[in-house]
Amino acid sequence: MTASPLVSIEDLTVQFRTDRGWTTAIEGVSFDVGEGDCVGVVGESGSGKSVTALSMLRLHARGTSRFARGAVRYGGQDLLRAPERNLRKIRGRDIAMVFQDPMSSLNPVLSICDQIAEPLCLHQGMSRTAARQRAIELLDLVRIPDAARRVDEYPHRLSGGMRQRVMIAIAIACRPRLLIADEPTTALDVTIQAQILELLRDLRAELGMAVMLISHDLGVIAEFAKRVIVMYAGRIVEDAPVDVLFNAPRHPYTEGLMASMPALEGGTERLYAIPGRIPDPDEPIAGCRFGPRCTHIKPICQAAVPELVAIDATHRVRCTPRTRTAGTT
Amino acid sequence: MARLTLMKLLQAVPVILIVSVLAFLLMSLLPGDPAVVIAGDQASPEAIEQVRRNLGLDRPFLEQLGIWFLHLLQGQFGSSLMLNQTVLSAMGERLPVTLSLAGLSIAITLPIGIFVGSIAAYYRQTWVDSLIMGVALLGVSIPGFWIAILSVIVFSVILGWLPSSGYVPIDQSAIEWLRAMILPAIMLSLFQIGFLARMTRSAMLDVLSQDFIRTARSKGLSEWTTVGKHAFRNALILVITTMGILLSTALGGSVVIEQVFALPGVGRLVVQGILARDYPLVQGVMLIYGFVFVAINLAVDLLYTVADPRVRYD
Repeated sequence: MTASPLVSIEDLTVQFRTDRGWTTAIEGVSFDVGEGDCVGVVGESGSGKSVTALSMLRLHARGTSRFARGAVRYGGQDLLRAPERNLRKIRGRDIAMVFQDPMSSLNPVLSICDQIAEPLCLHQGMSRTAARQRAIELLDLVRIPDAARRVDEYPHRLSGGMRQRVMIAIAIACRPRLLIADEPTTALDVTIQAQILELLRDLRAELGMAVMLISHDLGVIAEFAKRVIVMYAGRIVEDAPVDVLFNAPRHPYTEGLMASMPALEGGTERLYAIPGRIPDPDEPIAGCRFGPRCTHIKPICQAAVPELVAIDATHRVRCTPRTRTAGTT
Repeated sequence: MARLTLMKLLQAVPVILIVSVLAFLLMSLLPGDPAVVIAGDQASPEAIEQVRRNLGLDRPFLEQLGIWFLHLLQGQFGSSLMLNQTVLSAMGERLPVTLSLAGLSIAITLPIGIFVGSIAAYYRQTWVDSLIMGVALLGVSIPGFWIAILSVIVFSVILGWLPSSGYVPIDQSAIEWLRAMILPAIMLSLFQIGFLARMTRSAMLDVLSQDFIRTARSKGLSEWTTVGKHAFRNALILVITTMGILLSTALGGSVVIEQVFALPGVGRLVVQGILARDYPLVQGVMLIYGFVFVAINLAVDLLYTVADPRVRYD
């Protein structure tokens, strides 16, 4: 890639305060998001995908987390260390976010209009009346029927799917260059999930923004993303274009995830489940953190934590035995 | 909204009835013969008989209750024995003093209590929080009469800044009124500020951990807007609920404060009435206060629907 990326995450390492001191939630996370990219981040709960997303806008609860290493580069600034004032100009304007639970992510005592108008008034200096007009247009854009009437309602009057549409309307209000969607469909019904994904896909094409979609559901990611980042226990384990990842996964964890996806023609077969569970961040594990659950484990895996190695221009894997045989060609 | 108001009004009716009956029962609860108690130790049997007849105590119990309600419906709240005037006109003179004391005290309490409580929540588990909560605990724990007397000694006797007692009506001189009321009002506020700060803190703590606060920050809103608008509008619901309790304690606390600062308010009237065994007066004041509390709670319930859209529709 010759053009400089939109956002560049370098060696991001985030720690949280617990009773036993600082616990590392994610470590050495590095990836770029280019202009107009469509990146999917997938992993089990506890893999650090949401932590990564929240870190990009520094939205963690204050005082309980810290950035031990790394940087999030955007527009010549490091967002992890930029003054709060600069960061506020980026949040909602250049980089916007949609969260998992639309039921609790909207303010229950403010009208829809008020909540959509806020970023417009703040970042674009719109008047209240202009912002209201724009809010109605945005509700139309996210396909909420009867927008002119809905705009004055309060969140409790809307269904979960409608609320998530409102959340998306808020996020795209200022035409951000990057939209981070953190499990936007997890709390919704399956039929609504498909509609929301379709909406996001259309909006991405229409507005030309980059989208970073976070999900634990590989099916959702496969349908949506062009490039997939697989996270496990706070680290990136594989990063590849979506077709490469699905046709030729290189990390045993990715293989496991694929195998545990229900196939349409699968029939009555029982679904495969990766044995074991994701380790606690503090759990001492020698070498590869996936080792204890890995079916291909070798002595070399326990010697050291494998590096994330590029096996070609677009494919990175964190698995020592596999990168050795393939990467040295 | 109109239906809700009507429902709340209807709910108030039984409460008012119960208050009325309780006020009536006050007379029957007096130890011994109320006529003897009211007439005093040295009264002649004829005088006692006179009191008995005047108060209608010679009639059957249920008839007394019937007459009591009949009088209430006619707006008659009885007559004071010691003042030689009706309870209503006595209240008319005293209530402005008490209400302006309570009003001023609430006006001091609300901004300080809410601000301080919010600051404590925002800086939770830091020295700011500990300091504010420590002072708030002090405010709630210190006996009102003690700190009131102490304040008179400091500000009136030693420093001579403010009058130690007395009342000037606001329409006579607003400045003198304020000089007379500011110290009593502050003393009355101490407990309330402490109470409100603690309530606000816990409400804000709850709200600040909600997902929509993160949404507000993700829009690029300043901390001031996030906390002052998004969080506070939610915490306000609990604060409004607290308002009813605050007003009630302000009226209750004014009994002691009026005594210390010699303010001619309802609280002082009641104390005088009790000491002079002016039971019709005490009955009347009890009744009117009962109505005032019902009205306050009604107002709080209606305010609540304004603050919380979720209640408005249901």
